[in-house]
Amino acid sequence: MPTLASEKKTTRPSARPGRPAPELIFGDLWEFDPAPETADPKLKARYELFINGEFVAPKSGKYFDSVNPANEQKLAEIALASAADVDAAYQAAKAAYDNVWSKLPGRERAKYLFRIARLLQDRAREFAVAETLDGGKPIKESRDFDVPMAAAHFFYHAGWADKLDYVAPGRRVAPLGVVGQVIPWNFPLLMLAWKLAPALAMGNTVVLKPAETTSITCLKLAEILQDAGLPPGVVNFVTGAGEVGAAVMNHPIPAKIAFTGSTEVGKIIMRSLAGTDKKMTMELGGKAANIVFDDAPLDQAVEGIVNGIFFNQGHVCCAGSRLLVHEPVAKEVLAKLKNRIKVLRVGDPIDKNTDIGAINSKEQLGKITSLVASGVKEGAEMFQPACKLPTKGFYFRPTIFSGVSMSHRVAREEIFGPVLSILTFRTVDEAIEKANNTAYGLSAGVWTDKGSRILKMSTELKAGVVWANTYNKFDPTSPFGGYKESGFGREGGRQGLLDYCKLV
Amino acid sequence: MLATSSRAAFRRLFDEVGTVDAVGVEERVAKYGTRSIKKSAKVWGLKTAVSMVDLTTLEGKDTPGKVASLCQKALQPHDPELGVPQVAAVCVYPAMVKHARKALGSDTAVRIASVATAFPSGQAPLKTRLAEVKAAVADGADEIDMVINRGAFLSGEFGEMQDEIRAVVEACGDATLKVILEVSELETYDNIRAASFLAMRVIREGDFIKTSTGKTSLNATLGNNQVMIEAIRDYYLDTGISIAMKPAGGIRTAKQALTFLVAIKETLGDAWLNNSRYRFGASALLNDLVRQLEKEKTGAYQAPYYFSESAESY
Repeated sequence: MPTLASEKKTTRPSARPGRPAPELIFGDLWEFDPAPETADPKLKARYELFINGEFVAPKSGKYFDSVNPANEQKLAEIALASAADVDAAYQAAKAAYDNVWSKLPGRERAKYLFRIARLLQDRAREFAVAETLDGGKPIKESRDFDVPMAAAHFFYHAGWADKLDYVAPGRRVAPLGVVGQVIPWNFPLLMLAWKLAPALAMGNTVVLKPAETTSITCLKLAEILQDAGLPPGVVNFVTGAGEVGAAVMNHPIPAKIAFTGSTEVGKIIMRSLAGTDKKMTMELGGKAANIVFDDAPLDQAVEGIVNGIFFNQGHVCCAGSRLLVHEPVAKEVLAKLKNRIKVLRVGDPIDKNTDIGAINSKEQLGKITSLVASGVKEGAEMFQPACKLPTKGFYFRPTIFSGVSMSHRVAREEIFGPVLSILTFRTVDEAIEKANNTAYGLSAGVWTDKGSRILKMSTELKAGVVWANTYNKFDPTSPFGGYKESGFGREGGRQGLLDYCKLV
Repeated sequence: MLATSSRAAFRRLFDEVGTVDAVGVEERVAKYGTRSIKKSAKVWGLKTAVSMVDLTTLEGKDTPGKVASLCQKALQPHDPELGVPQVAAVCVYPAMVKHARKALGSDTAVRIASVATAFPSGQAPLKTRLAEVKAAVADGADEIDMVINRGAFLSGEFGEMQDEIRAVVEACGDATLKVILEVSELETYDNIRAASFLAMRVIREGDFIKTSTGKTSLNATLGNNQVMIEAIRDYYLDTGISIAMKPAGGIRTAKQALTFLVAIKETLGDAWLNNSRYRFGASALLNDLVRQLEKEKTGAYQAPYYFSESAESY
């Protein structure tokens, strides 16, 4: 008769009086030597604006510094655009749209996009290093994720460019005209690709502003656009901070404004554009719930939780920053998480072994620090591993808050840093209710062995993306975007293309 | 009669020890390969890996002469100037144990492991298997590598499988036991994790669980290794009993070995980074480790024929 393993239940730690609970030792027995990526980022000392196919000095004559957040050293000077520069960029984009780009057949536009994708692949290492120096993200992420994924977006949309008759069955599509785009600092090159590729494939021309702390890879991509022979004016880059962004948004020429960034700024933009006929897409903040049920494969769930919140230092709008864990496994998940984050390597982003790099800016570090302080003050229990941090630069330890309740600030506000808040739930309904009890709705994760539960959760969670038994998976074919204050419009896939055209 | 079906037995076991998501495991282990081990860290890793090798010959054509030569290689893997440590053990068939003992002598740190219990299939009567274990120990084996009864496991007869392991533990006496799960025949990660727990619950602190015999199509992989070391970790944190681990078969290059060690460093921690807690069952691996050590010292790769016992073609 088949029997079950019911033999001697070995004594649990609690039943071993006088002996300490067993612990794993993650010490320095085998320290890794530094392994810096050595490819040359080929940075210029000064970057100009990119208008009408040329690098031009700003009319203001002013420049600002771009700083490496890993060591606070200056990397390059970036041109500060004025309203007149933004206007020049729009005039160039309008002329390029009217005279060249809108008249090119899709198959010709595709050639340029393919060329951009290939040139980016050719210079992948160089771009990865530049991205890491400028933004602080670990080289392994810029090398294995940001740059290849950016190239993939150009490839994917190049494939669409000559098939646009099939993008909306039964309808014809036409480009919108000139579009204005503003992107954030967390994935500078990738967000650029997400914005440019569909706009260009559809036949629009572009004025784009990168974030002021991360302009370098954008302006390096301008070199690629030149090398690809892209007609002048089809893509224009203007650099600077908020005022430049406002000028890009409020200019009369663009038919559409696409913005990725904070909900706060998104609201300002929507207010200023109310009453105009500009189309908009907004990809804003998030406070995603990553929901772990008691039947989930826990080690893999823990891996997904870590990937969900510590990827790119938590500077991810879809970061799984709220962990909702089923009460029966809450203790176990927390214990496993602690052991897992003890082996995360925090430090110099250019080191190939670094898991968590530098926080993007001093300002962001301050914001994270104050929100974490509020978590401690409000009574959540904090855990941070005892890793050494570099003395120069902006760094923050991976942080876990347990015993968080829905009213805590760390459970409600987007921290945009390596900080995880853990809440518990008892039933499926409670999990859904807690997950949806947020102003945001960009993404969510579900971990369970039960397929039907995944399907139920994915229909009831008010989130643009629901990942099942994985997290932070992206693909150019898959639309990405939010509900509620996480924005509207989609990027990627057929849906993303539809946001860059009108149906005629 | 729900509880008597083997399906129910599996479900209850999975409920108890937890399941494994295959995609997730493979994603996790892919990250180990991206670790960049340089300079002194590389040398430390290579030397540690050498000290963990169970230098193995398991062929029908093994002779006392071949075993003696393997033993010499185990004692001195390379030119003493390079400072290569001795390997952990030699691993031979039971009939070869006495020849290995003769070659190694009794005053040596290199241990003798023997694959008893009708290796690799285990398809012999229990009495025969136990007699084989006892004979190998009597001939001087320090360690016994047994195979589990996969048939019993797969049909849900967990009690039978564990009783057999218990009997082998007893037959081992003072010898260390390594329990081979033969992961390729268990097929799923869920099964590998479950079988690891069944084995760990009946062996002693310091005994091993081991991936495979090296005689089937698929042997040690980072994924199998990960599932088993996570089981070891969970068992240790639950009971305080440390079980050791031995991946075997398929680990041929130094780069692979370093990646396996990274998995240990990041899953089980420093206490498992030594040869009483971790071993590699391998033969060709040793020379590649030595070759990489030589390269770290001289900056140049040497041809295979500079290394003794090289099995590569010239």
